[in-house]
Amino acid sequence: MNADIAITGLIALYIFMLAGFAGWVIIGNVPAILHTPLMSGSNFVHGIVVVGGLFSLINAVTQLEQAVGFLAVLLGAGNAAGGYAVTDRMLAMFKISGSANQHHSHAKVHHPKKKG
Amino acid sequence: MLAVISQWAIGLTDLVAAFLFLFGLKRMSSPATAASGIRVAGFGMVAAVLVSFLYAFTVDAAVRPRLVVNLALAIAALAIGGVGAWFVGRRVAMTAMPQMVAIYNGMGGGAAGGIAAVELFGNRSHGAPQLVVTLLGAAIGAVSMSGSVIAWAKLQGVLGKPLRFGGQRILNGLVFLAVVAVGAWIAVLGLVGMAPVLPTATWITIFFALALVFGILMTLPIGGADMPVVISIYNAFTGLAVGFEGFVLSNPALMIAGMVVGAAGLLLTLLMAKAMNRSVANVLFSNFGAAPARAKGKGVSGTERETQASDAGIQMHYATSVIIVPGYGLAAAQAQQKLYEFVKLLLAARVQVRFAIHPVAGRMPGQMDVLLAEAGVPYDLIFQLDDINSDFASTDVVLVIGANDVVNPAARTDKSSPIFGMPILDADKARQVFVIKRGQGKGYSGIVNALFYAPNCNMVFGDAQAVLVKMIEAVRGLGAAAA
Repeated sequence: MNADIAITGLIALYIFMLAGFAGWVIIGNVPAILHTPLMSGSNFVHGIVVVGGLFSLINAVTQLEQAVGFLAVLLGAGNAAGGYAVTDRMLAMFKISGSANQHHSHAKVHHPKKKG
Repeated sequence: MLAVISQWAIGLTDLVAAFLFLFGLKRMSSPATAASGIRVAGFGMVAAVLVSFLYAFTVDAAVRPRLVVNLALAIAALAIGGVGAWFVGRRVAMTAMPQMVAIYNGMGGGAAGGIAAVELFGNRSHGAPQLVVTLLGAAIGAVSMSGSVIAWAKLQGVLGKPLRFGGQRILNGLVFLAVVAVGAWIAVLGLVGMAPVLPTATWITIFFALALVFGILMTLPIGGADMPVVISIYNAFTGLAVGFEGFVLSNPALMIAGMVVGAAGLLLTLLMAKAMNRSVANVLFSNFGAAPARAKGKGVSGTERETQASDAGIQMHYATSVIIVPGYGLAAAQAQQKLYEFVKLLLAARVQVRFAIHPVAGRMPGQMDVLLAEAGVPYDLIFQLDDINSDFASTDVVLVIGANDVVNPAARTDKSSPIFGMPILDADKARQVFVIKRGQGKGYSGIVNALFYAPNCNMVFGDAQAVLVKMIEAVRGLGAAAA
């Protein structure tokens, strides 16, 4: 890895500390009603591991590394795509009273049979 | 030159992706903005994945002969994993969401473990911090993967009762120590370069095998009711593993995303444990639920009084305020749609109707909210324990459906009860309580519910759907008679 952008020692600890703190504060503000989509959403976010898998696979030099790298990308891609799919689906369900005919930003979501 | 440009492009894109993840999660703090939040985060993910193909310009000479194959494998893996999981995720039932989240979680842990395996087998990690963090991430990722698979199997019903046997804790402890010992040995081998007894690759394989076994052993004895805590923990674990592997790969996007998720998982774990009135250690290491079912708790006397569904429905129709307390039994009976149909009739009759959700009302945090939203219940009618608990005392009717322990007043009064101290919904304080229940008998945890014997409580026995249909008919009949 290029020395210019490599992360070492204390810098890494600072990143971990700040990110952990940011996560704690941001997540602490999420209301309990959204805890399931929050969990699947944060699940989706750690799907970024697929990028690490891609790095490993692209740099693989033996068949074993190729095989393990392939598995890592496969699993990571599943994590990311699946996490996104379920989160998006769940969030589209949350509607406020009387919103059936006054859509907000996600107007394309079809509404489950709502009569009058 | 191309290599440097690629690295900067990757670095900057990952920075943007990390920002979009945080921003997206931030937008989840309200149901009104949450849907756009996940899209923002999704955009970051797609950008980060696409740009990582530029790694092809940064590889060593040794990789060049394999590069085409590697790239082809990468595209194939992305396509298979991504498309497969996408279609499953689009179709899965909302009641199956906990096991779905568990399995995606396990996949993330497995991916982190895979990255660590490539590093370890290829002997790429240099220096003590790198190697130790690689091993740490590998162990946590592997535990999270196998543990999540067991959690999935339990939630899916593939595995039945929690598996418990004598000396289980000692065995788990020994396996854990073995993971630590083999990991330390690999670190020593890598750093000092001693002659290993077995080839280093063998040690690495043993290390992963032990970690996987530990994940399985750790999850097997945990009961189904504790799964919300377990899913949260593995979510945190996978986050940590991803963050650690991000450090090893010098990828700050992985570090930030992993650590944010780690913190999120930890927070949810603590919240869930608090809502169940137990410590996290207690969930993981005790045998709750194996306790023999008691007869009646202290101070419980009298009998359960039964009433007809139609009478209960009509009484709610004439009430001023109704609070509905749904539990997992509602989802098990798939009666959410019928419930909302009934609620709409009440709303049309100008009854104030609200839903009160206990934090552990589902198999994962917030699942009941999602199930109600799926049935069409607007989120402004859904209230959480802290926001609504003081309103029960001034409420005409409370309707409890498929919930039990979360409305058991013994949690407030009976020091000998296993759930004493657990935060509950004060349904018993309402003027009238109706409980829809499949039959007489104890709940999930086998604890007798004092509420059912209270003078202001009436039981409506029957399948939740059938009962709600009767209530709907009764209230519709009123409307027809009036017209």
